[in-house]
Amino acid sequence: MAELNTEGKGGKHKGKSKKVSTRVDLTPMVDLAFLLITFFMLTTSMLKPQTMELAMPSKDTPTDPPKLKQSLAVTVILGKDNKVFYFFGAKDEKTGADPKIETTDFGPNGIRKVLLDRNREIIVKVDELRKQNADRKISDDTLKVRINREKSVKTAPMVLIKATDDSSYKNLVDILDEMMICNIGKYAIIDITPEDLAKIKTLNL
Amino acid sequence: MPKVKAKRKSTWVDMTAMCDMAFLLLTFFMLTSNFTVKEPIQVDTPSSISEIKIPETNIMKVIVDKDGKVFFGIDGQEKRISLLEKIGEAYKINFTQKEKHEFSLVTSFGQPLEKMKAYLALTPEQRDLKENAVGIPTDSLNNQFKDWVRAARAVNREIKIAIKADQKTPYPKIKNVMNTLQDLNECRFNLITSLEEVPKNL
Repeated sequence: MAELNTEGKGGKHKGKSKKVSTRVDLTPMVDLAFLLITFFMLTTSMLKPQTMELAMPSKDTPTDPPKLKQSLAVTVILGKDNKVFYFFGAKDEKTGADPKIETTDFGPNGIRKVLLDRNREIIVKVDELRKQNADRKISDDTLKVRINREKSVKTAPMVLIKATDDSSYKNLVDILDEMMICNIGKYAIIDITPEDLAKIKTLNL
Repeated sequence: MPKVKAKRKSTWVDMTAMCDMAFLLLTFFMLTSNFTVKEPIQVDTPSSISEIKIPETNIMKVIVDKDGKVFFGIDGQEKRISLLEKIGEAYKINFTQKEKHEFSLVTSFGQPLEKMKAYLALTPEQRDLKENAVGIPTDSLNNQFKDWVRAARAVNREIKIAIKADQKTPYPKIKNVMNTLQDLNECRFNLITSLEEVPKNL
């Protein structure tokens, strides 16, 4: 390497023929290299940010909301202070009774548990497909297609996400995340109705 | 008695190995690095389990800070110049060559168009000051943000929308941004999040 002649230090002795050392002091070079390393370490962003893809319905072509069975509907309302309210179905047509609104949160035993219970059938199937993929029985592409098919079966629950003005962006992302965790394929973000707001108000008091 | 001469040991350390290592690391960092893009405001993104990576090109970045101020930016210097020309046409503002050049170096900005000329006259350091992060007007009467998105779409058909918002941003502010995008028939967007572990034992 840079050390070709190691006797170079003896050059000070009187009378001896002067041998010029070829040894180069690498300290400044190391200094420089570390300086540059520090610079690159500080300016780089190693982690590329992740994204969550979201498709909203178009406003130009107001399609009628897809008809869904009331029994499959789960309405999730995002409230103040990270609170979540949810209820199943809609108003009972015969008795006119409102479904009971429950209060929960974003914890593992909160809304996730509710959605998982609701979606159990599909989750089992998706897990089965994932296992098959892990055992190399089906390819990644097939896995994707089949998971999508499982998620969009007719009996899959439809989650209606309604965010109140008191909720934050984090709540919205969290609930969309729960959709992914719970393998829910059918969900929509819709505006909250005054009736829902009124119901929440009575719960809070 | 023989002279006892304490052998002097050289303090010289061979730097070669260290130098090798330092340059190895340097090479690694140089090759793997993609520079952090300077943003006019710091936002703390929420986390999700999504693992989709954001593309580096053809992206229009909408940053919403926790007060709901909106910042906007697209990639590519030439595209930025054409974007400024487009928006200048719409608002009847003529930008000089110098201003266009300055604009092409700005990754994202949050300025109403009326103040754009003054903003571009500032030095890059001055632009980073807090008082210059005012946000693009998004209210229904003066929705400049809508025009920026429209112009960006006209400049680049392939562009994708990425929304980077702070965790604490109130929902109505986000809703406003999303509604504006929906009005323009831009119904697919990416929400930028940070990574979170997938929960086990479901």
